[in-house]
Amino acid sequence: MSVFVMPSLGADMEDGKLVEWLVKPGDAVHRGDVVAVVETQKGAIEIEIFEDGIVQSLEAELGTTLPVGAPLALIGDGTAATAPEQKPERRPSPPPAAAQQAAPAEPEPAEAQPERAPEPKAAETGAVAPAKPVAAVPEPPAAPAPPAPAVKVAPAVTSDHVAASPAARALAAEKGIDLAGVTGSWPGGAIVLADVERAAAQPAAAPATGLAAPAKPARGFDIEAMRQGIAAAMTRSKREIPHYYMTHEVDLQKASEWLAQKNADVAPTERLLMGALFVKATALAAKAVDGVNGHFDKDGFTRSESVNTGVAVALRGGGLVAPAVPAADELSLAELMDAMRDVVARARAGRLRSSEMTSGTITISSLGERGVDQMTGVIYPPQVALVTFGTPRPVPRVVGGEVQPRQAVAVTLAADHRSSDGRRGARFLTEIDKLLQSPEAL
Amino acid sequence: MNRDTLYALFIEELVNVAPDLEADTIKKDDQLQDDLELDSMDVLNLVAALHERLGIDIPEDDYLQIETPAKAADYLAARCK
Repeated sequence: MSVFVMPSLGADMEDGKLVEWLVKPGDAVHRGDVVAVVETQKGAIEIEIFEDGIVQSLEAELGTTLPVGAPLALIGDGTAATAPEQKPERRPSPPPAAAQQAAPAEPEPAEAQPERAPEPKAAETGAVAPAKPVAAVPEPPAAPAPPAPAVKVAPAVTSDHVAASPAARALAAEKGIDLAGVTGSWPGGAIVLADVERAAAQPAAAPATGLAAPAKPARGFDIEAMRQGIAAAMTRSKREIPHYYMTHEVDLQKASEWLAQKNADVAPTERLLMGALFVKATALAAKAVDGVNGHFDKDGFTRSESVNTGVAVALRGGGLVAPAVPAADELSLAELMDAMRDVVARARAGRLRSSEMTSGTITISSLGERGVDQMTGVIYPPQVALVTFGTPRPVPRVVGGEVQPRQAVAVTLAADHRSSDGRRGARFLTEIDKLLQSPEAL
Repeated sequence: MNRDTLYALFIEELVNVAPDLEADTIKKDDQLQDDLELDSMDVLNLVAALHERLGIDIPEDDYLQIETPAKAADYLAARCK
């Protein structure tokens, strides 16, 4: 038996609000399965589980904000699920105040479960954490309680697996609209704010549910909250990481011509973006040069063998997330395009996965086609490097002793002096340069 | 298909690609990237959607000709002839 807890989804995350369970007791789960959705400052994140097993019980109520480390579910190896005479599964605590409106009262006494996980540190704060299971238990039931009501998965208000943006979720909760009855207009059927607004505009289209608005309504991509999260992470970065910076201008003429020619012959869905070349070249260079790809934590720098490139995605209306594209160094450019297309769409829809929030080993920010020449970035801890590509543009460059107009891009590295120094950083940038001179080999 | 139909169709596909935009707030001269904050991936997705819907393959060299809804409607109308 193990306890599945609220994961930390980034340096700046203290807590998250559980908004959806995608499993119920008795379900078999496998490593990598998405089991819940948690709302954070970076939008709704799909939480993956990292072990195989059977869901024994759900320990957290929908709508509650729980600190990192708080128990969400008990996961067994499967034996308990077939042995009902074992202890009945029951929620150990009444729902916290914040969730009471949403959850039916639970009169029966909670049952102490000795093997429960240690209390989360923040539980003492009380306000948002579940009450301690041992509190107020007059007597353990002598016999197994009558058929334990299957652990409450929240009333069927939140439908099983509905993809919806945080803003859509928030509005639906506020208006008491069941997302299951809303048609999503996003590719893949995901529900966005406008869909819920449409549904809300149709009187009585959706039955009012019992789900009252949370005490403090979530506002989806709450730009203020996201701004605070970004500020907290960046403040920590600037305080703890001894940054150094360097910029290198890379000739992109060859890569641009290669790309234009390649894209001219294929349908739009097959076309590549220069951004994919940037990501691939950076990933390969990060693999080749030590000290820029990995995490720095209390034990110092740990190099990562896999290059998981965090791709900075700007959200319309403000805000930023940098979900990771795993093993970008091993993907072909076409695969990388698919992976980036997928992650960008889900970042915008507010449907990223927990592993994508935490597995990044280096971040890449590309300023796009109509941006500025260069940007000096701030490293996203616990990573140790961030690479920014400015807007490619024609510049006069000396080639073979003559000045020629060439397409070029400024590549800027922000790196952590605890894991590398200027010489390493320079090697890294020149390696990116070298790789971009042979685009066909990327 | 006349220009008005193509204009409406362009807006429809634009909002499909960027569902957080609202169709009725998009102005005819809004620049896709500067005003509507589309990035290069969005533009590529839009071009792919127009290709699928109309069978018109817009080459990269023509992207500037669809940079606003008004220009795009003109361009698509010309290509439809």
